[in-house]
Amino acid sequence: MSTKRKILIIALPVLVVIGLLIVFLSQHNVPVLTPAGTIAAQERNLFVFALILAAFVVIPVYSLTILIALKYRESNKKARYEPNWDHSRVLETIWWGIPMAIIAVLSVVTWTSSHALDPYKPIASVHSTINVEVVSLDWKWLFIYPNQSVASVNQLAIPVNHPVHFYITSDTVMNSFWIPSLGGQIYAMPGMMTQLNLEASKLGSYYGSSANISGKGFAGMHFEALSLNYQAFSSWLHKLSQSRLSLNIANYKKLARPSEYNPVAYYKDPADNLFSDIINQYMTGAKL
Amino acid sequence: MYLANLFGRFSGGNVFPTSLVTAAAAIGVVILIIAILLLITLTRRWTWLWREWLTTTNHKKIGVMYLIVAILMLLRGASDAAMMRLQQATSVGSSHGFMSASMFQQVASAHGTIMIFFAAMGLMFGLINLVLPLQIGARDVAFPFMNATSFWLFAAGALLINVSLGLGDFSAAGWLAYPPLSELKYSPTTGVDYWIWSLQIAGIGSLMSGINFITTILKERARGMSLMKMPLFSWSVLGAMVLVAFAFPILTVTLALLALDRTLGTHFFTAGGGGNAMMYVNLIWAWGHPEVYILVLPAFGIFSEVVSTFSSKSLFGYKSMVWAIMAIVVLSYGVWLHHFFTMGAGANVNAVFGIATMLIAIPTGVKIFNWLFTMYRGRIRFTSPMIWFMGFIFLFTMGGVAGVLMAVPAIDFQLHNSLFLVAHFHTMIVSGVLFGYFAGITYWFPKVFGFRLNDKLGKYAAYLWIIGFVVAFGPLYILGLMGATRRLDHYSAATGWHLLFVTAGIGGAIIACGIAVQFVQVIYSIIKRDETKDITGDPWNGRTLEWSTASPPPFYNFAVLPVVRSRDAFWDMKHRKDLPESEIVALHLPKNTPAGLFIAVFAFIFGFSMIWHLWVLAPIGLIGIILTVLIRTTSGEHEEIVSVKTINQIEASMTSWKDYARE
Amino acid sequence: MRVSELNSAVDSYKINQASLKAEADSKTYFGFWVYLMTDCVLFASLFATFAVLHANTFNGPSAHSLFSLPYALAETLILLTSSFTCGLAILAAQNKAKRLVLFWLLITFLLGLAFLVLEFREFANFVNQGDSWRRSGFLSSYFTLVATHGLHITIGLLWIGTMMFQVLKKGLNRITVRQLTLMSLFWHFLDLIWIFIFSVVYLISGGLNI
Repeated sequence: MSTKRKILIIALPVLVVIGLLIVFLSQHNVPVLTPAGTIAAQERNLFVFALILAAFVVIPVYSLTILIALKYRESNKKARYEPNWDHSRVLETIWWGIPMAIIAVLSVVTWTSSHALDPYKPIASVHSTINVEVVSLDWKWLFIYPNQSVASVNQLAIPVNHPVHFYITSDTVMNSFWIPSLGGQIYAMPGMMTQLNLEASKLGSYYGSSANISGKGFAGMHFEALSLNYQAFSSWLHKLSQSRLSLNIANYKKLARPSEYNPVAYYKDPADNLFSDIINQYMTGAKL
Repeated sequence: MYLANLFGRFSGGNVFPTSLVTAAAAIGVVILIIAILLLITLTRRWTWLWREWLTTTNHKKIGVMYLIVAILMLLRGASDAAMMRLQQATSVGSSHGFMSASMFQQVASAHGTIMIFFAAMGLMFGLINLVLPLQIGARDVAFPFMNATSFWLFAAGALLINVSLGLGDFSAAGWLAYPPLSELKYSPTTGVDYWIWSLQIAGIGSLMSGINFITTILKERARGMSLMKMPLFSWSVLGAMVLVAFAFPILTVTLALLALDRTLGTHFFTAGGGGNAMMYVNLIWAWGHPEVYILVLPAFGIFSEVVSTFSSKSLFGYKSMVWAIMAIVVLSYGVWLHHFFTMGAGANVNAVFGIATMLIAIPTGVKIFNWLFTMYRGRIRFTSPMIWFMGFIFLFTMGGVAGVLMAVPAIDFQLHNSLFLVAHFHTMIVSGVLFGYFAGITYWFPKVFGFRLNDKLGKYAAYLWIIGFVVAFGPLYILGLMGATRRLDHYSAATGWHLLFVTAGIGGAIIACGIAVQFVQVIYSIIKRDETKDITGDPWNGRTLEWSTASPPPFYNFAVLPVVRSRDAFWDMKHRKDLPESEIVALHLPKNTPAGLFIAVFAFIFGFSMIWHLWVLAPIGLIGIILTVLIRTTSGEHEEIVSVKTINQIEASMTSWKDYARE
Repeated sequence: MRVSELNSAVDSYKINQASLKAEADSKTYFGFWVYLMTDCVLFASLFATFAVLHANTFNGPSAHSLFSLPYALAETLILLTSSFTCGLAILAAQNKAKRLVLFWLLITFLLGLAFLVLEFREFANFVNQGDSWRRSGFLSSYFTLVATHGLHITIGLLWIGTMMFQVLKKGLNRITVRQLTLMSLFWHFLDLIWIFIFSVVYLISGGLNI
């Protein structure tokens, strides 16, 4: 087989795969790459930047591998053969140097982005910030709106272009709170509070889930995150406040019992300090 | 009440599997074991088995036994993987697949646990045992009895984890069993206890191996082999074993603390009671991250040997390679937090660990360039080990890029625990570790068994694995970017993930074909072994000392210990026709002993009792271990003398390069 | 073969054997040092656990209210003395004084046993007060750290016992002296770990309430 044909045999499937990939990606929603939130957009940009930087290593490695493998194959007797040529200070300095330079650049980016995109850092905005208390339960998500005195299960609504400050804990094992369209995740842990700041920049309904295994009903522990305009958000809150159920301690305890693929549910009037009481159970042993 | 105490958890019900698949697997395993025992009995091989294998202290035989157990466990792990692929390809929308959620989670947890602790670790220790003493010109490891004990503890752990198929259940808390999920409150059955005790027993074996190989490398090298003349594989093993010695005690402690939480009611990692689950995550990764490098360093060493041998050229940048190994060893202890950037440690901490993580890419990159320039101006023979190497270069570089991306905390928030992460570490472990060990097995197979494996079938297997890998794990990268998280037994149709999961399933099937070809390769090669017989002891025109003795080597490895003058010691000997002429003298070699096997049997009894709360049986296991150790250490001579006459007889029956160099 | 040749062959064989034995000793010592290092990592992990959990009293007793420094000091002095007598045993072994070795080993054994009894009594006291390892994260880590050391001491006692038995039976040959040396290394190591426990658990965490 000629070398040309060999190259063709390898190159053709690669091209076909790339073609299929483009078709697939154009027809499907890939939230990490097509974000709907300001944080997710910055994280996507960082992803693309790091990928391009990495190409400075990948492309030389791949082309060198192919070229060297073709040229110095045993059957090619024309190629130079130097069995004892085994070091070169210049060359080795180059390939200690190049990765070091790339990592140096990436380190600076890492340092600044870790601070800029710190999940605990509130988002500066002209619009008011919405506070949401998130509790992971067996196996559903509870969202408490402390200022609006309503709560929902497996459905989150936020007003578009408003910063949202999430306070997160768990009343069961560890989970991870993740809405890929809006931005990165953070763990939900019993007895502890973590925080996350996100902001939706587009209207829509987005997929949210737990990214950390939490037991039998874990796969069903996903929720809908609605990004609404402020009016729709207000009427959504109003709908919740009209709910028959109030989230008093008794109803909370009922809700906290394990259940799988829990339907969306709305509650009014969550008990005072419910969120901190949930955390305190694990800190001091105080019962709810 | 008394009876209930005697039978522990057996009196509580839920002992036998309720799922059809598990039951079938359990029955299959039992039938297999009975068939093997029957075969041994019918062919009257018990004494042979006892004398030659079960009581052996010879590193080569121990190495072969490691490989056998590891390959069996690789098959178990691969079956688990196949079941997961099948479930995820079918469990969408209204269909919930063929496994229940809890069973899927058990299979997923078992897959990770078995592949890392028993398949990869087993292959690694197998190859190290087979090759390392030969490569440094030693007659055995520093402590042969301890070596046998290590193996048998490993085997006991492997057996224990498989008992969970038939008795009780297995952990459903993921391969690292994060609390509080793995605490008694949330996982009340035997599952997590199987996980704890099989790893504890095997892990102590690994720790002992680490001590043993550090001592072997630093104390048993041939005359003239200074550290900077040591072959790269031996260097990589030294790096890995130093990591073992520093990392495995942390695992021992972590597992013990979790066991205390579950059996004695302590509050180390419990939610409430003053426990701290984040501490577990820190501890387990303080072991877990070095563990990744424990597995991959020896594979790097194998690639260094393979590339140099098949390019017929000495390794490029030897000193850089050694420094790169040392850098990796040191750095791998400073990065564990990158496994949980999403815990909310704060920007400074995250950034520091992110940058430390990226630093590891530097020595790794250097290694890749040095391998490429070993090939440059060489004469490359593309045998199947080289195909594994080529697959490694392409996939590992890609996986490495994914790793560097995730080392940036802000990017990691979007990729953590997604299938992107799963795809990343499978790329690193399959191409880096598994391909490396496959290359190593093919490369050293003739040394151990005296004949080569069929190269054409080996290449087909490698191609199938590489293609299958891309088809199986390429989709997972995209799925991760689409928001698919790991360990899902079901997802809704609206996610649009189905097609990619089906593609991944097809990739899994291609890998399965690759595995099948590997089996055909071994069987075919055994049948045709006369055609590929290795009579020179040096089938590949090798460069290091293991090729200077016969294939398979005599039990004492070298009648006269070699003297090393340069880095590629054997290459040098061949080219200078430097035949060792010194006199053969009588040797002191370690005797066989069943003590290692007994210790492992008692450890198994102890572990099993702890899992099932058999408080009467547990002390028997413990006392058994102590008594065996006491008897062994206080009893007389552990060595026997091999006379000059015997050695001369054996040497006359074997051929190696010397016999041809003389002509 | 002439007699002189034979003699020199025998000599070189003897030298060879002697150097082989020295090598075997040196690798055993080296391997044991590596083991001690791994044990150090094990204890370091437990110390780290204690450091993380020492304030997690979960409304239970704190280190300050629980520990009695004089009691811990007594344990410390006993263990230090045992380390000293263990050293005397090794000194005696180097002087080939078998009975003296046995005597010092016995003293070391008794002191170790006394330490263990004291530790057990302290544990029993706490448990009887209702402050067992189940009470809080702090107590879990305290009991585990100290009991792991205690477990090592128990193994050490078992080792001393078998060494006394072996020295009695086999005398002071190369193997028993080697094992004695290893045993004393182990014993001194445990002493060192205890100093850390005393400082970290009883002095610093206990808050110097003399």
